[in-house]
Amino acid sequence: MALLEVQNLKTHFHTQDGLVRAVDGVSLNVEAGKTVGIVGESGSGKSVTNMTILGLVPTPPGIIDADAILFEGQDLRSLSKEQLRKLRGNRIAMVFQDPMTSLNPFLTIEDQLTEPLLIHKGQNMDQARQRVLQLLKEVGIPDPQSRLKDYPHQFSGGMRQRVMMAMALVCEPSLLICDEPTTALDVTIQAQILELLKRIQKEHGTTIIFITHDLGVAAGFCDEIYVMYAGRIVEHAQTDELFKTPLHPYTASLLKSVPRLDQEASEAFVTIQGSPPDLTALPAGCSFQPRCDHAISRCETERPTLEEREGNHSRQCSCFVDLRGEVKS
Amino acid sequence: MFKFIVFRLFWVVVTVWAVSTITFFMVRAAPGDPFMNEVRNLKEEVQAARKREYNLDLPLIQQYGLWLKGMVQGDFGPSMKSRDKTVAQIIGQAFPVSISLGVIAMFFAVMIGMTTGVISALRQNTFWDYGLMGFAVLGISIPNFILATILIIVGVFLLGWFPLSGWETPYHVLLPAFALSLPFAARISRLSRVGMLEILSEDFVRTAYAKGLKEKHVVIKHALKGAILPVVSYLGPAFALILTGSLVIEKIFDIPGLGKIFVLAAINRDYYVVLGTVVVFSSLLCFFNFLVDLSYAFLDPRVKLEEAA
Repeated sequence: MALLEVQNLKTHFHTQDGLVRAVDGVSLNVEAGKTVGIVGESGSGKSVTNMTILGLVPTPPGIIDADAILFEGQDLRSLSKEQLRKLRGNRIAMVFQDPMTSLNPFLTIEDQLTEPLLIHKGQNMDQARQRVLQLLKEVGIPDPQSRLKDYPHQFSGGMRQRVMMAMALVCEPSLLICDEPTTALDVTIQAQILELLKRIQKEHGTTIIFITHDLGVAAGFCDEIYVMYAGRIVEHAQTDELFKTPLHPYTASLLKSVPRLDQEASEAFVTIQGSPPDLTALPAGCSFQPRCDHAISRCETERPTLEEREGNHSRQCSCFVDLRGEVKS
Repeated sequence: MFKFIVFRLFWVVVTVWAVSTITFFMVRAAPGDPFMNEVRNLKEEVQAARKREYNLDLPLIQQYGLWLKGMVQGDFGPSMKSRDKTVAQIIGQAFPVSISLGVIAMFFAVMIGMTTGVISALRQNTFWDYGLMGFAVLGISIPNFILATILIIVGVFLLGWFPLSGWETPYHVLLPAFALSLPFAARISRLSRVGMLEILSEDFVRTAYAKGLKEKHVVIKHALKGAILPVVSYLGPAFALILTGSLVIEKIFDIPGLGKIFVLAAINRDYYVVLGTVVVFSSLLCFFNFLVDLSYAFLDPRVKLEEAA
């Protein structure tokens, strides 16, 4: 059974410019122990999807609708706010993008790290401190005992992200959502943090949802990948297959626009023409159609749905023309 | 930290000295002297004798030297109007009155202001927010002598809950302190609302919610400390303003405080009383600003005071 199963999730926002369809019918299937990547450009709805699952989207202005959000067999939609709160930071934890701003500058890290244990596990301060020390050692903070009373600004960026991870892991969550955990860090630190995440996953059997816009990072880290565009999943595949034979034109364009070391420096940098669509006024047909090189007339009027390809449940694509030249009926 | 404290205290002294020096020459530049209209027909010789008694016949710069020497030794000089009292005695009597009124008004202002500000921020763009901020704008724009009058009509004459005026029982302080506090409460309310809104949109507040904390926990433990920083920086000037601004309130409620003495002394050209009150007021102002800077270091661990020095 899947650890997390999301069916047809919609998160819309009422704004002065109209209804923003930030997430528009997303379905995810996350098996226990796997690392699942969600890839897409800024504003494609990656983060909002996960914030919605965690119950962190305020309503209003948010409007949330889904056929199911099953976590450990329990439908999160049927839970009260209080029950959902008890899951957050406990069974499902989140690591955020920017460790500079995501830690509270006014509180010591000891204060911030022990908090989840005090509220979810009912531990006392001494027990919690022991657990935190052990975890800080595990995420690679040297001499943790002496750093407990330090404030976030006394740590470097990489160290702060390690603290963030320790904070997410204190209650041994079964699902860890990492929202661009390495984006704000420089490349060498990125590698260290990814290494650490892998080790943690191996040792604790944590399931990871990994949100990123960096295809290179996703390729090396994820078992399977969902590609999001304008609030929808456009393609879903095992990582190897996705990189070998992308089916959706958007995925293909993304892969083409990754700069490569073996490419001639004089060659022009490939970009995707145009810009992401306005989420308050999506095109009638396929959202990617205005930027697509392969579009046919049907793409302008009809919206493609996510369908299985090659008879494989984990190989899905939403496009009328897939890139092997076949036109789907 | 120690270096910072010594450094700042040194500048407090320099500032107070500069303010009092300027005041010294300014009050002397004003026409008239303390003995001009005392009794309509005070004789020339008597006036001259009085002036000699208070060294007013010496060159101005020499008088300044004498006064400064007295100041350094803690002697504020004599009063030229209330001839049986020294300036220190006069201020000594009025100071505790003004301070108690100010402290209680400040307490009201902070309590009312912070509570309403935080509620407004948490219920942003609701009926509560608009209502409370409407009151805050009223509080800022209505002069406190009008507020005081309304409070007297309601509290004293309609409800009969408070005594009208004077300074006898602890009851007497409530109404004037409340009238004095309202404009400050209004400003603090707006400052804490803005501060709170800013903090609530921070990433670390989202982190706190993601950890599964309750809203009240997030607000009190994670947000409040940062949200009150703008309020704290306002407290120093506010307290000085409350002390000096209590003049009208002191007059309406007939309270024997510093403000009353200051204005009387200025009208009567009671030079040393004016100077004495100015020294007290400016010391207070500088000192409270100094305390605010210190409190920053305790509220925000990122502020390192040594660097500022």
